[in-house]
Amino acid sequence: MGSVLTTDFFAALISGAILAGMPLLLAALGETISEQAGLLDIGLEGTMLLGAYAGFVVANWTGSSWIGFLAAIVAGMAVNVLMVVFCVRMGRDQIVVGIAILLSMEGLTSLLHAAQFGTSYPRLDGVPTVAIPGLSKIPVIGPSLFSQPLIVYIGFALIFVVGWMLYKTNLGLNIRAAGWRPVALDNAGVSVMRIRTIASLSTGALAGLGGGYMAIVTAGIFVPFMTGGLGFIAIVIAMLGRGRPIWVLIGSLLFGVALSIATALQLVGINISADVVQMLPFVAVMVALAILARQSYLPAALGTPFVRGER
Amino acid sequence: MSDRASGATLSEAVRVPSVWERGGKAFWRRAAPIVYALLAGGVLLLVMGKNPAAFYWTTLESGLLTWPGLTQTLIRLAPLLLMSAGFIVAFQAGLWNIGGDGQFLLAAAVVGGLGASMMGVMPFWLALILLCVIGFVVGGAWTVVPSFLKAYYGMNEIITTLMMAFIGINLANLLIKGPFLSHETLVPQTKVIPFKYLLPYIPGTRIHVGLMIALVVLALVHFLQTRTGYGLRLRILGMNPKAAVHAGLSVKKDIMTSFALSGGLIGLAAAVEILGVWGYVRADWNPAFGMTLFAIVFLAGLDVMVVIPFVFFFAVIQIGGHEAARQAGLPNDFLLLLVGLILFFMVLTEWTRIRARFNKMRKKAAAGVTAAPAEDVNNG
Repeated sequence: MGSVLTTDFFAALISGAILAGMPLLLAALGETISEQAGLLDIGLEGTMLLGAYAGFVVANWTGSSWIGFLAAIVAGMAVNVLMVVFCVRMGRDQIVVGIAILLSMEGLTSLLHAAQFGTSYPRLDGVPTVAIPGLSKIPVIGPSLFSQPLIVYIGFALIFVVGWMLYKTNLGLNIRAAGWRPVALDNAGVSVMRIRTIASLSTGALAGLGGGYMAIVTAGIFVPFMTGGLGFIAIVIAMLGRGRPIWVLIGSLLFGVALSIATALQLVGINISADVVQMLPFVAVMVALAILARQSYLPAALGTPFVRGER
Repeated sequence: MSDRASGATLSEAVRVPSVWERGGKAFWRRAAPIVYALLAGGVLLLVMGKNPAAFYWTTLESGLLTWPGLTQTLIRLAPLLLMSAGFIVAFQAGLWNIGGDGQFLLAAAVVGGLGASMMGVMPFWLALILLCVIGFVVGGAWTVVPSFLKAYYGMNEIITTLMMAFIGINLANLLIKGPFLSHETLVPQTKVIPFKYLLPYIPGTRIHVGLMIALVVLALVHFLQTRTGYGLRLRILGMNPKAAVHAGLSVKKDIMTSFALSGGLIGLAAAVEILGVWGYVRADWNPAFGMTLFAIVFLAGLDVMVVIPFVFFFAVIQIGGHEAARQAGLPNDFLLLLVGLILFFMVLTEWTRIRARFNKMRKKAAAGVTAAPAEDVNNG
């Protein structure tokens, strides 16, 4: 077993974890904002899919990954406009609307993909990596951790941005109030609808970017259903993170490792079933929940529409 | 003036609409989203350069109007009905069992894995009954951890059932590739139950008796929900869990049993599908009925009787849409978009109805007939 701990293995593990964990991180950060504002965004996977599709199409068309990322953000926000209209403005059931978003985006992206790329299979060029001087020379972790596409560093920076926004700004206070005591926020003269709208659109932007990352950086191609349940894993991570971006990061990397470790182990000649490895983090979390069995400390008003004057 | 106004509204209120009128309205209220979604989907097909009339006609023809198509549809109906009943039992009690696909696949893997070897040691009818029970138990057992955490610690069941679904799907694959693996095929799958031992046909058709099982189970669930104290308790729990606690109901027990029943029905759905259609389970097989069935269940207003025609419609477009998509050169996933659109239009029509009711109240209040509370009117 000693041969397992080679540099190749660690390098593959770290870059694999980042590659698989980054879309999770972005989407889960987005979900965190919505959840703190009292919106449960079950359609996250649909948002990611349209982000991935738009990101791929635009990046393929313009040849620029940055315009692709921008398109992914815009597409994600556009999807969550549906969430805003139906759940925030009309106060309809968030789970029903979330599932509607999920199903229609799965169908829509698959249809659009078949219509546009049914016969040709264009592939994007790899995204150039940016090596951080000095740090990227560290053995083993250097090349895999500090020689990444620029968007990866931006993703990690977004952890601090979201944390700062939620806990150090007025907007963040309002968002958390919209999730815990929307009535109090309303009484203070702040529009709950406006705050939840901002939160949901931010979620759309981040989840769309996460999807765009998958299509542009990870795969270089769009495939229908390419998110493959990552959106739901992101929802789980966000709920377990309980509004703390640092826990969202830990969760995303943990699941990122789990999703990529099977490949890394194959590099050093150990063939372990991907089913086992992908199952393990969920088993670990369930066991932890069952033993600790704490309340999940979710925002009190999570999932309930806000109606002025209703008690 | 005010006398005449109140007289007019009085006569309006007295005029009793006929049964047909009421039934028609109720039907349209539920069917309207489907019609709108079909229209919107048709526009999309036009934009993509396909002929929507031909598409829908092919769907109808190969899902309903030909004998083999109708047979396929009715066969598909069995697992879909049982799974819908499973979701309804949980949703009516206010419990979000999001992990149906995990319960389904795990039960399918166990039933498929044990099936072939059980057929050899006992009469096949006994094995079939036992396997249905096993499917029910496995599906139900997979809900125990989430429902325990929900009942005793208030843990959000959406997150726990989702995680259990991921574990269940992976575990099903592990079982199929491990202990249940058949060494006779290249693709990993379970041993095949001989065709003659599968669920028998309904006499005169090629539809297995799973459909009958499903309809009987749905009738039982309907009875349970509408005619027993347990059903009433579950509805109270769903409408107002705090009221249920204050009324002294044993909420914890009810949460656990209704969750187990929900998972059990989904497991039974899997057993019926495997024992009636496939006879084996292949690794990575996932029909993913769960998410689309949510839509149908909501559309039917969480009613196990109303859900039957809706599931039938869904089975028709699932079976017929497959053929229509193939002929039009489209991916099968057009159906997902259609179901998503149905949900959006359902939400939209619900909202317009609520709006209309508020506006009516506002008008009445303005005419001075009823003094509606001011705050309600302002909220419309």
